Amino acid sequence: MVNVLYFASFREMLGKANEQIDAEHSTVECLIESLATRGENWQKALLENKNLQIAVNHDVAQRDTQIKSGDEVAFFPPVTGG
Amino acid sequence: MSEFPYVKIQEEDFDLTSEVAALRKGHKDIGAVVSFVGTVRDINEGDEVSILELEHYPEMTEKALEKIRLEAHQRWELESSLIIHRIGKMYPTDQIVLVAVSSRHRENAFYASHFIMDYLKTNAPFWKKETFPDGEERWVDARVTDKEAEKRWMK
Repeated sequence: MVNVLYFASFREMLGKANEQIDAEHSTVECLIESLATRGENWQKALLENKNLQIAVNHDVAQRDTQIKSGDEVAFFPPVTGG
Repeated sequence: MSEFPYVKIQEEDFDLTSEVAALRKGHKDIGAVVSFVGTVRDINEGDEVSILELEHYPEMTEKALEKIRLEAHQRWELESSLIIHRIGKMYPTDQIVLVAVSSRHRENAFYASHFIMDYLKTNAPFWKKETFPDGEERWVDARVTDKEAEKRWMK
């Protein structure tokens, strides 16, 4: 299982803050492709979003970052703190 | 450098004077302290803002801020540094963020505090949501100028 988190506008657009997903995905990209089959919002937020930000286990990650069972993967828009 | 909480994420406001005093305590070789306080504006992108709500990603936030702080210590000779970032609901004129850096000589503290703020803006997982007087809400968009500001520090 992979713990997947969604923050800020993503959480609102996708309608959830976190979920457990079976870890049959080798990379973040595989996970995104699988999530994108859920519908248009998922495609827009994750698959087709050039500004998508990704973190794996609290570190900045990329689409080709490897993931394994037990990992925490987070998706969010560009940050706006400060 | 670990017994003192150098990174704080909190809902409550902070007091600049006491935070800087705590940062300087025990350091007799400090010759300069530079502090930056970010505050909530009442107008953003031409619209009046009533409430600003800060969301963050617990655990990653602390990790990202500590990484930025340590990077500053590697780049410049510093005595101590502190980052406080508030979360939750804030209102115009409220304080949001404090960065304070101390060093023997002023130049390092000036550079390091500027660097920490620029990197915090683009690397720490915080998101702002504005509420307007009519109750409408809007997530704040990341600014291109913030990304440009980060680039000036790239080696």
